[in-house]
Amino acid sequence: MKKGNPVISTEDAAQRAAWINDPKIRAILYQIAVLGIVGLLGYYLFSNTVENLKRQSIATGFGFLNKEASFEIGESLIPYSAADKYIKALLVGALNTIKVAFIGIILTVCLGTFLGIARLSKNWLVSKLAAVYIEVMQDIPILLQLFFWYSFFYDILPSPREAIEPLNGVFMSNRGLVFAVPEWHPAHPYMAMAFVAGCIGVYFMRRWARKRQERTGQIFPVFTLSLGIMIGLPLTIWLLAGAPHKMNVPELVGFNFTGGLNMSPEFGALLIGLVLYTAAFVAEIVRAGIQAIGKGQTEAAMAIGLKPGQVLSLVILPQALRVIIPPLTSQMLNLTKNSSLAVAIGFPDFVSVASTTINQTGQAIEGISLIMVVYLCFSLLTSLFMNWYNKKMALVER
Amino acid sequence: MTQSGKNNIQKEGLKAPIIRIGVVHWIKANLFNGVFNSILTIVTLFLLYKVIPPFARWAFIDSLWFSSAEQCRAGSGACWSIIPANIRFILFGFYPHELHWRPFVAMIMLIGLLLYSKNRNHWNRSFGYIWIAGLSIMGILMKGGLFGLTPVDSDQWGGLPLTLMLSFFGMFAAYPLGVLLALGRRSQMPAVKTICILYIELIRGVPLISLLFMSAVLFPLFFPEGVTVNKIIRAQAAIILFTAAYIAEVVRGGLQAITRGQYEAAESLGLNYVQKMRLIVLPQALKIVIPPSVGILISAFKDTSLVVIIALYDVLKTTKSVLASPSWMGFSPEAYLFVALIYFVCCYSMSNYSRRLEKELQT
Repeated sequence: MKKGNPVISTEDAAQRAAWINDPKIRAILYQIAVLGIVGLLGYYLFSNTVENLKRQSIATGFGFLNKEASFEIGESLIPYSAADKYIKALLVGALNTIKVAFIGIILTVCLGTFLGIARLSKNWLVSKLAAVYIEVMQDIPILLQLFFWYSFFYDILPSPREAIEPLNGVFMSNRGLVFAVPEWHPAHPYMAMAFVAGCIGVYFMRRWARKRQERTGQIFPVFTLSLGIMIGLPLTIWLLAGAPHKMNVPELVGFNFTGGLNMSPEFGALLIGLVLYTAAFVAEIVRAGIQAIGKGQTEAAMAIGLKPGQVLSLVILPQALRVIIPPLTSQMLNLTKNSSLAVAIGFPDFVSVASTTINQTGQAIEGISLIMVVYLCFSLLTSLFMNWYNKKMALVER
Repeated sequence: MTQSGKNNIQKEGLKAPIIRIGVVHWIKANLFNGVFNSILTIVTLFLLYKVIPPFARWAFIDSLWFSSAEQCRAGSGACWSIIPANIRFILFGFYPHELHWRPFVAMIMLIGLLLYSKNRNHWNRSFGYIWIAGLSIMGILMKGGLFGLTPVDSDQWGGLPLTLMLSFFGMFAAYPLGVLLALGRRSQMPAVKTICILYIELIRGVPLISLLFMSAVLFPLFFPEGVTVNKIIRAQAAIILFTAAYIAEVVRGGLQAITRGQYEAAESLGLNYVQKMRLIVLPQALKIVIPPSVGILISAFKDTSLVVIIALYDVLKTTKSVLASPSWMGFSPEAYLFVALIYFVCCYSMSNYSRRLEKELQT
């Protein structure tokens, strides 16, 4: 803004017509003009805002984060009470967003892959059903779907007393979804440790197997063995602990269930809506990825004597994933961004908590900046991870 | 295969065996080819049998179409009566009741214009003027105040016209901005390029809802004292700013698809930057990006439903307020299915059109 005025004087331009036609100097002039316009606009908005804030005596700065929030949050991953500070309330919201996004992304990828493969099925009925699902889900706004699932929980499902039990130990009612989980046992942490140890072991085994294959050409049964280690180790611990199989089954006490794991209607509606909606887009991506691999690849792989499983895992998938991953990343980000619609159905995600904060403190600028920064961080983290993965999968050209 | 089948018939006068032609062959080839597929078909058919008859019974046989809410509560089927009983509020919101013909005519005009635009032979210079004239007439119809039409304050606009307006005006206003941003991102000038990249990535990184919040609570702070901007216009501005970033990315794809030779040829003819872009590059690039642009229009159309959250009365919000009235409470599946049908018909026809266009333009 400061540099804007002195350079663009008409006098100069008239005197040195040849000088002004130099593309390099022109480029500098244009850039100064653009920066000047953007700067002026920014300054105009900024000064108006400062003026308005002063007039309406709204506080500025992030000092409010250390004040008492004094509102309750329906569900939280960490202990939280109304006496806690705003910053903790916002953290609770951010964790809830991460929870929905994390579970949602995993379920979406599974359902989307399944639908994408179903769409390509040679079975006409299955393929057409998948096509109808994909088309219908893509054409209905996510917010409408969320409202529908929310009303599904509150208007359609009965009270806990008449709860529907679709599977043994799973109860659906207007208080949400309750299902049985294994009762806590001291062996569980050891099982988790065994699983992690198994994963690390598998990682090294794969590296060793690849090196050996490069050296000797012999194929090691990596997949079967990894699966065996990852399931087998925790299973052994479980058996050693005497196979504890007691379940924490939800029971109807009074008007609601106790025990089991409870999923609130808000969380349930948000998760179901997001997963069903995004899976339709993922299905299209998976279909396109698989179709992008020419038939010749399959035929060539079979011609050199690979088994069908090997054709898929060694030839088709590595190539298809390369096509699938970039658009899949953007769908995952979409899911994360769409989870902000939780505010419409009352699930306390980050946007919902931030908007309560804005209403209580009146500090809209800070609140909205926080929302934007948090989502930009989510986007950045996801795309960094995916870029790393993408680079790993990318075609190594020799 | 059909050729050999024909030869057989001609040679021997025999029909091909039933297993090779007609319905039986089709069923065998598409539903029961192999053990796995046969099981899959049977399981799917069983699931459909479990789902479809009860749904059809609820939706069509036991349903009530023109009744009061009390009669509905007594029945066991779907209560479609909620739609005809409240259709005018759902479609037009708080627009004055006796003036509903005006948004109705405006909507018909918009649909007519869209149908007219489907034919690519109509795309020429006068086409643009027709659109501008059409949009102005629609604006006058909605707003009133001219030609003896009663003025209607835009606070009273609502329902489907609002949804259509937010998405179509959003798209049209965002397109030039998006093209400029795309050109800026491809520019050689570092300052321009940085500003454009920052804008595009910032907007694409945040959810639309944060921009809508911004339009609701921050935009009023941006203007000097005494200047108030209507809530709908503010939401429209947020949608335009949001859509422009996505259009910019689509147009950038088109620009990248134009080969270097085109740029060099334009430069060797002595065209300056504006001429080069306007006469050589953009006409080709924009042609390539028509199908993905329709995709953006579809998502803009769906995304306008988010204005519910800042309490604008679009078609979803009017439906929700019908559902909030005590007499119609609890009939949400029927009402939401109706709104879903509206959205589905609009989006499906647009995406179908975009797919057809993609095939036509692939030359």
